[in-house]
Amino acid sequence: MSAAAFQTKFNVRFTDRRSAISLAAFAAALVALVCAPWWAGRDTLYLLEEIFAYVALASLWNLLAGYAGLVSIGQQAYVGLGAYLLFALTIFADIPPLAAIPLAGLIGAAAAIPVAALVFRLRGHYFAIGTWVVAEVFRLLASQVSALGGGSGTSLPASIVIAIAPSRAMREFVVYWIALALVVVILGLILLLLRSRYGLALTAIRDNELAARSNGVDVARVKFVVYVFTAFGTAMVGALIFLQKLRISPDAAFSVNDWTAFVIFITVIGGIGRIEGPIIGTIVFFALRQTLADLGALYLLMLGAVAIIVMLWAPKGIWGLIVQKLDWQIFPLQRRVVFAPPAESPARSQT
Amino acid sequence: MPDANGPTGPLLEVRDLAAFYGDFQALFGVSIAVGRGEVVAIIGANGAGKSTLLKSIAGLMPARRDAIMFDGAAIGDMPAHEVVARGIALVPEGRRLFASLTVEENLLIGGQLRRPGPWTLARVYALFPALAERRHLPSTALSGGQQQMVALGRALMANPKLLLCDEISLGLAPIIIRDIYARLPAIVAEGTSLVIVEQDIAQALAAASQVYCLQEGRVAFAGAARDATREAVAAAYFGE
Amino acid sequence: MQWVNTIVQGVLTGGLYAMFAAGLSLIFGVMRLVNIAHGDFIVLAAYLALVVTEALGIGPLPALLMVVPLMAAIGYALQRGLLNRTLGDDLLPPLLVTFGVSVIIQNGLLELFTADSRRLQAGAVEVATWQISQGLSVGLLPLLQFVAAVAVIGALQALFYRTAFGRAFRATSDDPAVAQLMGLDNRHVFGLAMALSLAVVGLAGVLLAVRSNFDPSIGPARLIFGFEAVIIGGLGNLWGTLAGGIVLGVAQAIGAQLDPGWQLLAGHFVFLAVLAVRPEGLFPRIRG
Repeated sequence: MSAAAFQTKFNVRFTDRRSAISLAAFAAALVALVCAPWWAGRDTLYLLEEIFAYVALASLWNLLAGYAGLVSIGQQAYVGLGAYLLFALTIFADIPPLAAIPLAGLIGAAAAIPVAALVFRLRGHYFAIGTWVVAEVFRLLASQVSALGGGSGTSLPASIVIAIAPSRAMREFVVYWIALALVVVILGLILLLLRSRYGLALTAIRDNELAARSNGVDVARVKFVVYVFTAFGTAMVGALIFLQKLRISPDAAFSVNDWTAFVIFITVIGGIGRIEGPIIGTIVFFALRQTLADLGALYLLMLGAVAIIVMLWAPKGIWGLIVQKLDWQIFPLQRRVVFAPPAESPARSQT
Repeated sequence: MPDANGPTGPLLEVRDLAAFYGDFQALFGVSIAVGRGEVVAIIGANGAGKSTLLKSIAGLMPARRDAIMFDGAAIGDMPAHEVVARGIALVPEGRRLFASLTVEENLLIGGQLRRPGPWTLARVYALFPALAERRHLPSTALSGGQQQMVALGRALMANPKLLLCDEISLGLAPIIIRDIYARLPAIVAEGTSLVIVEQDIAQALAAASQVYCLQEGRVAFAGAARDATREAVAAAYFGE
Repeated sequence: MQWVNTIVQGVLTGGLYAMFAAGLSLIFGVMRLVNIAHGDFIVLAAYLALVVTEALGIGPLPALLMVVPLMAAIGYALQRGLLNRTLGDDLLPPLLVTFGVSVIIQNGLLELFTADSRRLQAGAVEVATWQISQGLSVGLLPLLQFVAAVAVIGALQALFYRTAFGRAFRATSDDPAVAQLMGLDNRHVFGLAMALSLAVVGLAGVLLAVRSNFDPSIGPARLIFGFEAVIIGGLGNLWGTLAGGIVLGVAQAIGAQLDPGWQLLAGHFVFLAVLAVRPEGLFPRIRG
């Protein structure tokens, strides 16, 4: 083996031709969505906002569970916290609703710090239940706050609703664009995180935590950062969801079904540990819901059954199957090593 | 060829056995035979495939159905818990006693299947008196040599026709090793055949009548122990 | 005196919590699995008892004799049919599958029985009390349930440490591969462990049904109480779990006495405090 072979240059690239095309298609879809207020009716706008919210929540949960290995069944704690913070900040602190959303995110992230300190003392399954207990505590505390309606909740005062935008139509457009902006920002931040060295550490943890640790990855620190970041995003989405609903109550804000069960099922069916998974899963979830809307409890039951079947027989979800068959990616995340052609002279590569 | 084959042939016959860990192939067409009442030694360097061979025989690793013939029956694809019921017991590498069980409980669970035979709790204590004194201690509180005795006794409690011993000398002082090997003849005298996997070549050759040497997953030497000269073993052990 | 009454109530409730917890920690001990649907199975047992008593016109005690074996059979089938496939190094499959089972049970019960609150009738014993002294009286039913809880935990301890059955469980828990070398079929042992767990759940469910109102949605709260009892008491120790249940029950009782809305919060705070200050629990088993 000659020394020259070891001096072959290589680049680490994220995109290749196929993923570039998919990314372009995605960008086109994005433009269409931005223009939605002009081509979509009010019901469609509401549906799209719901889809955006679930894509964001599922992507965040995927980051936490699929990449950092922290399986939480208590993220509804931050959805509800963000929602209650929005109401509290706008009603009691006179903060404009649009500014209250990121602020709710930051306070939610701050709350996540002591929670993490407690809950990280539990491992695996017990960690999961611990997160649920925390969510329960948040819910119970919220129902003690009589200034926000106690156990039965309250509505957003008209004065604050008007502060979003003067006309009703304008309000709906504004909330829609904020929802779209929020999901794009959250996905963008997740993408940035995963492309950074933190992301490399996370992918290592996802693939094999023990090996990652023995390679010097500070697993505890990475997990903590991801947990707080996820709380930040989840709280913002929670604030937005209830800004749109205009009404809050502890049971709705901290609902396990709405903010955890659905999110988990979406992520499992779409594909855990892959960034495209939650998007695919949300689409499938809503397609199912539109067709099976009237079934009520049976719908949730079927969803649970489907999730179990997927978990056992297609554990990487729908996107995982696609990746396996076609080696695709939409978002340029996979680092591909591209070797320079051997014609490069050894002298050059010594620089 | 030693005439230790009963009316229905050798007790154990391994035919052309292959074994894989995922994509990695550990055994390539290994064939051995163990006669009734025989002691067979398997030697070889680390990674040669000795433990893999024992695990395949014991049913802990999958194999072709007819790759392992025991007492005339094809058991290659049988799961481990059924293989024990057939009469093969394994003393696993590293002893692997049950940490939450006492010495006596470890022995008792070896007899879980209640197979008929000479080995009872009393007989095992007679063979290893040091264990009787410590019967109610947690198994982890014993010395290395005593733990090895517990592991052996546990396997004996299953009243096996064939006992597989995986590196029972590992980590033990020479005097302890000699002590344990001194009890093997008593085991054979009760009608149990032995397969011994050993790193300690001298001990293996002294205890066995037949020896196989594995090298990188293949049988590099097979023959009577008395024919295993230093040169032949070294050639087989390390390969060309 | 009111406080003494409160604490006694709490202790007795704690027995029930310990029973919720016993099945949970049994499974975790044997196969490192936590059944997220555990609380929902308790509720399922309650509904089974309801169906049996109404269909056959019998009381809760005879119903118990039918529900417990039925739950055990369900447990065995669940483990061998579904949960054995999820066991392995990865945490996600058993957690998500049992979460899915939880959702299925809750919504299935909702479809079959609606969200109406139900209760099992036990006759006179429901309101009977035992006047211990001036100002201190104890409900007979809670007392019987506490005694049952202690008996169950005692029986489980005896099973685990004095029988061949229990030896098999402990060995399989220590080293599933070597347990096979003893002739133990792991799939069968795990199935028996889950059968045992759900048998205890069955008993707990019937006791719950007699003691308080139930509806399909109360499962998760029972899971949480059981879980908190296990963590407060310390892992790997059934008597510790009883102590944990009692601590939880007393905390809730004191909280409720101060303000009805604080009952659950008081329990959660004690749990979080134990987690913060002594995460290994009050009586963890010393690993020797």
